[in-house]
Amino acid sequence: MKTSPSNLQKTLENGKFAVTAECGPPRGANVKVVRQKAELLKGVVDAVNVTDNQTAIVRMSSIAASAHLVQMGLEPVMQMVVRDRNRIALQSDILGAWSLGIKNILCLSGDHQTFGSQPDAMNVFDIDSMNLLRMVKNMRDNGKDMSGFELNEAPQMFIGAAANPFADPFEYRVIRLAKKIEAGADFIQTQCIYNMKRFKEWIRLSREEGLTEKVYILAGVTPLKSAGMAKFMNNRVAGMDVPEDVIKRMEGVPKEKAVAEGLKICLETIAELREIKGISGVHIMAIEWEEKVAEIVKAAGLQK
Amino acid sequence: MIVAEQKPIDEIKKMVAPYQKLLILGCGTCVKTCFAGGEDEVAVLASALRLSFKKDGKKIEIEEKTIERQCENEFIQEAASCVARNQAVLSLGCGAGVQDIARQFAKVPVLPGLNTTFIGVQERPGLFTEECVGCGNCELALYGGICPITRCSKKLLNGPCGGSQNGICEVDPSVECAWQLIIDRLKTLGQLDNIRAYIPPKDWRSSNSGGPRKLVREDHII
Ligand code: SF4
Ligand code: SF4
Repeated sequence: MKTSPSNLQKTLENGKFAVTAECGPPRGANVKVVRQKAELLKGVVDAVNVTDNQTAIVRMSSIAASAHLVQMGLEPVMQMVVRDRNRIALQSDILGAWSLGIKNILCLSGDHQTFGSQPDAMNVFDIDSMNLLRMVKNMRDNGKDMSGFELNEAPQMFIGAAANPFADPFEYRVIRLAKKIEAGADFIQTQCIYNMKRFKEWIRLSREEGLTEKVYILAGVTPLKSAGMAKFMNNRVAGMDVPEDVIKRMEGVPKEKAVAEGLKICLETIAELREIKGISGVHIMAIEWEEKVAEIVKAAGLQK
Repeated sequence: MIVAEQKPIDEIKKMVAPYQKLLILGCGTCVKTCFAGGEDEVAVLASALRLSFKKDGKKIEIEEKTIERQCENEFIQEAASCVARNQAVLSLGCGAGVQDIARQFAKVPVLPGLNTTFIGVQERPGLFTEECVGCGNCELALYGGICPITRCSKKLLNGPCGGSQNGICEVDPSVECAWQLIIDRLKTLGQLDNIRAYIPPKDWRSSNSGGPRKLVREDHII
């Protein structure tokens, strides 16, 4: 059976600039929280990432929250980390997700459990995110599970991966992107971009390798709320790079204007990203600030 | 070597409290090298226990003995007479040693005095680091002699996660990112191509995940 591709896939294949956002499931079983967040994003973006026990804190499962979005007529990008599930559970959940109408998946390693609320947990890491990409691709393209067993229906997932141009070693980041594409990534969502210089360098190198021709890259942005947040992200969040001039800019405005300044930086970043060859869209990560997404999309002139 | 460290004295006291005659049995191999269970540590622990129990007003006789290895029957038998005259053995061997002692002396309680931590090395004086989890199928040739299964916090086989910064692992600022080390070393060796290609999922059957492992050496069976 051939099902129609996801909105996100269609948008990207049609060469339109895609916009995705993020929805973190609640720390509890209340579906209303998911619905409220979803309402704020409905009709605003092409697809919504649903995080998978983000920062290793127990939340409603990404598969269930994604299914709620499907019911509401939104399109989820179900995130899936290899921290908590072995290959058997991962494959089973992918089959289940597809059966629930979930058409996009983002394959991740996941934050280490020591960051979370239950550091006493044992982790899994049976396979890595690269292996997960290949697994989903094999299920889709060959209709087989990892054992080679023929599936009675293949999940036709549109497959995504993450990339962090700001992590080290820098020169390996392009090799890693190439590996992710080879493993099965159709699209990439990047870490939040504040260091434009380094991002442009990464894109340039990726272009030179012909990688931007092979994959859709959605550039990550997060509006800053305060100078404190900028510093926190730079110093405390793994893999985040907020350069000194951005922090200075946030410090340079009075507290009550910080949100506006953060938004301005975000919009400038989006405008700059749209000019870069090889960028197919933006991924707006407004964590617990979903109401801001519509405003950003509108101000950036990216309405659907 | 197998690296271990001594359990807190209070925990040891609780374990040995029911006995009046105790043998503290040291091991002269790995745990001696990591200063946890050799002759010296047996002596120090024995005096500490004697003193502490004396303060508590409890009577206990503690005998000390250290053998070359607690994981080899030939050496274990050297302790047989000491074991026979005591009510319990507090082994300062690794987990394998404790179990082998228990296997040889069916009727004597054998208690662990150490926490066995990992297979590792003494990287520099006083610093022990984990190097191998005994996965049963060594792939060090591919990774320039640095094990990502053991030394990358996420066991990643296909390169560093997005949290690697300035050579440091995102999980713990005191831990080096194994992947930075691997990439640096492969560059030095001119073997970066080793990790350019996709590396398939690991077959964990050879590891402890496949159940307790056994090794049969026909050539050594008598
Ligand atoms: S690959 Fe396996 S055997 Fe080799 S060092 Fe790593 S864990 Fe040990
Ligand atoms: S920072 Fe390096 S060692 Fe730590 S989990 Fe990531 S790749 Fe592994």
